[in-house]
Amino acid sequence: MIQVKMTVNGKEKSGEVEGRTLLASFLRDTLGLTGTHVGCDTGQCGACTVHVDGVAVKSCNMLAAEADGASVDTIEGQAAPDGTLNAIQQAFQDHHGLQCGFCTPGMVMSAAALLKDNPRPSEAEIRFHLSGNICRCTGYHNIVKAIMAASGQDVSAIAAE
Amino acid sequence: MYNFEFVKPSSIDEAVAALGEDEAQALGGGQTLIPTLKQRLARPARLVSLSGIAEMKGVGAEGGVLTIGGGTSHATVAAEAAGSYPALAALAGNIGDPAVRNRGTIGGSLANNDPSACYPAAALGSGATIVTNAREIAADDFFKGMFTTALEEGEIITAVRFPVPQAANYQKFEQPASRFALVGVFVARGGDGVRVAVTGASEEGVFRWSEAEAALASDFSTGAIEGLSVPADGMIADLHGSKAYRAHLVGVLTRRAVSAAS
Ligand SMILES: Cc1cc2nc3c(=O)[nH]c(=O)nc-3n(C[C@H](O)[C@H](O)[C@H](O)COP(=O)(O)OP(=O)(O)OC[C@H]3O[C@@H](n4cnc5c(N)ncnc54)[C@H](O)[C@@H]3O)c2cc1C
Ligand code: FES
Ligand code: FES
Repeated sequence: MIQVKMTVNGKEKSGEVEGRTLLASFLRDTLGLTGTHVGCDTGQCGACTVHVDGVAVKSCNMLAAEADGASVDTIEGQAAPDGTLNAIQQAFQDHHGLQCGFCTPGMVMSAAALLKDNPRPSEAEIRFHLSGNICRCTGYHNIVKAIMAASGQDVSAIAAE
Repeated sequence: MYNFEFVKPSSIDEAVAALGEDEAQALGGGQTLIPTLKQRLARPARLVSLSGIAEMKGVGAEGGVLTIGGGTSHATVAAEAAGSYPALAALAGNIGDPAVRNRGTIGGSLANNDPSACYPAAALGSGATIVTNAREIAADDFFKGMFTTALEEGEIITAVRFPVPQAANYQKFEQPASRFALVGVFVARGGDGVRVAVTGASEEGVFRWSEAEAALASDFSTGAIEGLSVPADGMIADLHGSKAYRAHLVGVLTRRAVSAAS
């Protein structure tokens, strides 16, 4: 077993992992942070997206041991401690950016990574950035709209589809 | 996934020593290897992570040559090569998706030599040199057919050197489910002539289209290759495209790349 330590959503966490333990399993099974979803387990769907040292990664495609010493941010750390949603989460709610919600943690984490680098992305930039996040419900339209709204852009002209 | 011992050395020498053990395998970004291990298609006793080796990371341009550390992520190449070798940066910035680009490395991509991967086309099309812990290998001698390279057991790609051409372009016809290239063509025009490298098409993996290179060397224009085509024989056929379809795409994408590069 390997002892790992990481800062998860700002708090020091440690635990024992096997070589093969995935970061997604460590977060969900050891730390109980089940907001990070595992959809495909093959690196395709993006439901498991978290940030490691500030950049988006698929936690089903990274070993927990590789994240030793890193700073990890998950969906659980996005809202304020009192439960107030952050701008992206609130925009997903306001613009109906989710239906079943399975893809949503990954969508929100991917969107957060995008807005950090590009505070006012165009619709095309958002769609390109989300190419690794698959949603089986929404048809993406309202997800894109929510991210535009979260970045302070006027979406009143974008019709609901 | 079967279990394995995980080690994370901080220098090339330590990594080479750790890889000297039986059944040891290098781990780059894991974007190909982890899914492979999940399917139990490989069973290493030990994984040697290359992600903690600072001397294998980074992008540097000097005297018309761009050197990229073997452990450099696709995202870093997309950002840092944009000024010195825009065609290569654009290729890196269009591999998979952002999360894949943050983990996947150039060394892992070249060592894997997936027949549909993008970087092999750039390395062969640019006439790059693959630098390992033991030697330097010209791209022309490196790719040995699908998933096969000139690398010896335990040998690691520490850097890749790209001579920067006068003009270059990569055209990728994306297979939308996998986001790999259904067919991809890298065209580069440099001091030594023109190179055209094709990925995604041949059962032999990445290859140079020499007839197109010869035609473009004397006249670098789409007109020069208008009537040229590659034979459908030996092309990959799968549910995404027939041999004839892939052969057709090679011609179309080469013309698009030439037009975008001129
Ligand atoms: C959803 C998805 C989409 C993708 N889309 C594309 C695409 O569009 N185009 C594309 O080209 N690729 C694509 N890829 C593959 C991606 O680029 C991988 O990052 C790459 O193929 C492997 O690099 P890695 O660093 O992750 O290597 P790993 O997966 O860690 O390793 C792959 C192999 O290389 C060996 N290896 C790793 N590093 C070295 C080294 N420095 N020296 C020697 N051997 C080494 C390993 O032992 C292993 O055999 C995609 C992957 C995913 C999951
Ligand atoms: S669960 Fe990780 S990409 Fe689908
Ligand atoms: S809301 Fe159901 S998968 Fe996206």
